Amino acid sequence: MEAGIQQRPGLVLSPRCPVAQPRGPLGGVMGRAGLPGKLAGTARSARRCQKLFQALLPPWLPGAAAGRTLRLGQHRGAGGASQGRAMLTFMASDSEEEVCDERTSLMSAESPPPRCCQEARQGLEDRESAAQWRSQDSEEDLDEDADRYMCSGVPGQPSGLEEELTLKYGAKHVIMLFVPVTLCMVVVVATIKSVRFYTEKNGQLIYTPFTEDTPSVGQRLLNSVLNTLIMISVIVAMTIFLVVLYKYRCYKFIHGWLIMSSLMLLFLFTYIYLGEVLKTYNVAMDYPTLFLTVWNFGAVGMVCIHWKGPLVLQQAYLIMISALMALVFIKYLPEWSAWVILGAISVYDLVAVLCPKGPLRMLVETAQERNEPIFPALIYSSAMVWTVGMAKLDPSSQGALQLPYDPEMEDSYDSFGEPSYPEVFEPPLPGYPGDELEEEEERGVKLGLGDFIFYSVLVGKAAATGSGDWNTTLACFVAILIGLCLTLLLLAVFKKALPALPISITFGLIFYFSTDNLVRPFMDTLASHQLYI
Amino acid sequence: MTAAVFFGCAFIAFGPALALYIFTIATEPLRVIFLIIGAFFWLVSLLFSSLFWFMARTITDNKDGPIQKYLLILGVLVSVLIQEMFRFVYYKLLKKASEGLKTINPDETAPSMRLLAYVSGLGFGIMSGVFAFVNTLSDSLGPGTVGIHGDSPQFFLNSAFMTLVIILLHVFWGIIFFDGCEKKKWSSLLVVLLTHLLVSALTFISPHYGINLVSTYLIMVLMGIWAFFVAGGSCRSLKLCLLCQDKDFLLFNQRSR
Repeated sequence: MEAGIQQRPGLVLSPRCPVAQPRGPLGGVMGRAGLPGKLAGTARSARRCQKLFQALLPPWLPGAAAGRTLRLGQHRGAGGASQGRAMLTFMASDSEEEVCDERTSLMSAESPPPRCCQEARQGLEDRESAAQWRSQDSEEDLDEDADRYMCSGVPGQPSGLEEELTLKYGAKHVIMLFVPVTLCMVVVVATIKSVRFYTEKNGQLIYTPFTEDTPSVGQRLLNSVLNTLIMISVIVAMTIFLVVLYKYRCYKFIHGWLIMSSLMLLFLFTYIYLGEVLKTYNVAMDYPTLFLTVWNFGAVGMVCIHWKGPLVLQQAYLIMISALMALVFIKYLPEWSAWVILGAISVYDLVAVLCPKGPLRMLVETAQERNEPIFPALIYSSAMVWTVGMAKLDPSSQGALQLPYDPEMEDSYDSFGEPSYPEVFEPPLPGYPGDELEEEEERGVKLGLGDFIFYSVLVGKAAATGSGDWNTTLACFVAILIGLCLTLLLLAVFKKALPALPISITFGLIFYFSTDNLVRPFMDTLASHQLYI
Repeated sequence: MTAAVFFGCAFIAFGPALALYIFTIATEPLRVIFLIIGAFFWLVSLLFSSLFWFMARTITDNKDGPIQKYLLILGVLVSVLIQEMFRFVYYKLLKKASEGLKTINPDETAPSMRLLAYVSGLGFGIMSGVFAFVNTLSDSLGPGTVGIHGDSPQFFLNSAFMTLVIILLHVFWGIIFFDGCEKKKWSSLLVVLLTHLLVSALTFISPHYGINLVSTYLIMVLMGIWAFFVAGGSCRSLKLCLLCQDKDFLLFNQRSR
């Protein structure tokens, strides 16, 4: 089992999670601490094979849908599941858009599912590592609370420390998520406000076949609700399809889809975007230059996302992909349908993650049974880093202690059996297991790309339709950030996987409609009389 | 209107707030979160004020005439009241959060109430300033001539300076307000409320920018001095700071003098 598997602190996952990753206080933190040295060794060679495999077949992460939900702490499972959902959604479509969507979601495949492929090869090693993990798991079960917050390798820490860690690291992780979400929204809003292409109506996706150019309000509302029903049922079908695929181990199929999606997103959508931006600013670019630019952008993106790359670059690509995807949605979803879809997706997210028979939950449970990570595609990770002090000398908890991870020095850590994740995910394995240093632990947080996409869709729509009003956009932005904050807080309180969409989208919708209808006239009137409140 | 106007006014209005943010808040994640929550509270207070004004307008059936002007004035005054009320609510929330943080985290120093007062004031101020000015700013990038119908051609500059003073005033009001709540000195709260009402009322005489701006800046300076003393400053510490002889500060920054 690969080290650095995101941990799944959720109720479903944590006790049985084979990879004892330190879970962040908010659950979303995916610590990589727990890989025992032995495991590292066995995993190392497996990882090297996998690296090669990864290069050829990028991990296919089930759908962006998975990415949609923030499974703080439930990274892998949840992320994969939700991603799968998104992927399924897009897989079913034949249209270019869908493929692109899918690709987009696939693009973020950071933790390659190659793990899964690898597992087939690693059979024995896995069992061995699984056994190690299981012994650790029993330890974990005893100290489940401590385990929640600390890497599995440090079971001995008192729960008070655990709470402290929660708060100590909670704020930092909230900010680690605020920054990329803000950046994505800024990119989307800047594009919407300047490039007119994305606000022009040029047709609709096949998932929203009903038009909104109807004479009556009732008819329009009905059409948007029907559009939403179709879209959501497509998403549900895709998720179930994904779960089925996963259950029957059709990994190659998944991988192929992932790669194709990534390719389309990185090349075609970028080309279109660049073309529109150049048109807006009336800048001429010859085809050779354009080809070179797009090729370089796309190739580096594929490498960064599916293989190795500097963390910052990978994060930047993921943000750009989410922004491109959000722009596509903003362009092709009709107005009322977009709002109803946003609401419905939040409800679906809530149901899929929290209900016992939800597809995402089932996906996660299947992955747990097999002791393999769920496809981690489409997850934004704010890397990791160091950890962890070990409370006691414990061979199984060697993984807890890790050297500070430095992306540039990644290769140098390979000798220590560092997991060969190209992405940030993999923290270097301990070069000195059994050390009793108390190092500062920093765990990364992961957020599904689907969440990025839908947040940006909400803010982008507010910017596009707010009649040139910036107040609405800002209000939605603040509302989404507050929603994310609350979600992270709830995660820390409930210590189980939670979807990231519902609270933020609800706040965003409330603030959009109230600001647009109530606050805007008030502020406009004040501004026209030059009054200040 | 030119890019010079846009950038100039943007930096006049938001420069100090940006500097305050970069130097004091951006480094600590917890402060950023409290800032954003403060901005959110101001936003909610604005929502309620707009709701009140909207309902008042609907009740009077949107008739045109002087009644609209009176409704607007009433709306402004009620809005100020609601803002201060939400400042109080935020104070209560921070108090609870502070206590929570202290019990859970005895070793780590939770942010002090004074710091939270400053952060909340800045949050309120930034949100208030942005909502007041950002639409005007975006208009300044477009084509047009200012004051073509006889209005003052200094419209943008005046708005920018007014926004700046509102942001700074919110910071000072936050400090004074929280201090008053902590020490149970309700007179401080009343003074904050009254000066806020006064500043808003001064804007009613809007075409006469001179009086408006000068008096508001005067109030801002007074509030600033009061907030400085309330936050624990003294003439001596100010002198030491200005002459770069404040040993604690220098030690903290590891500079030798």
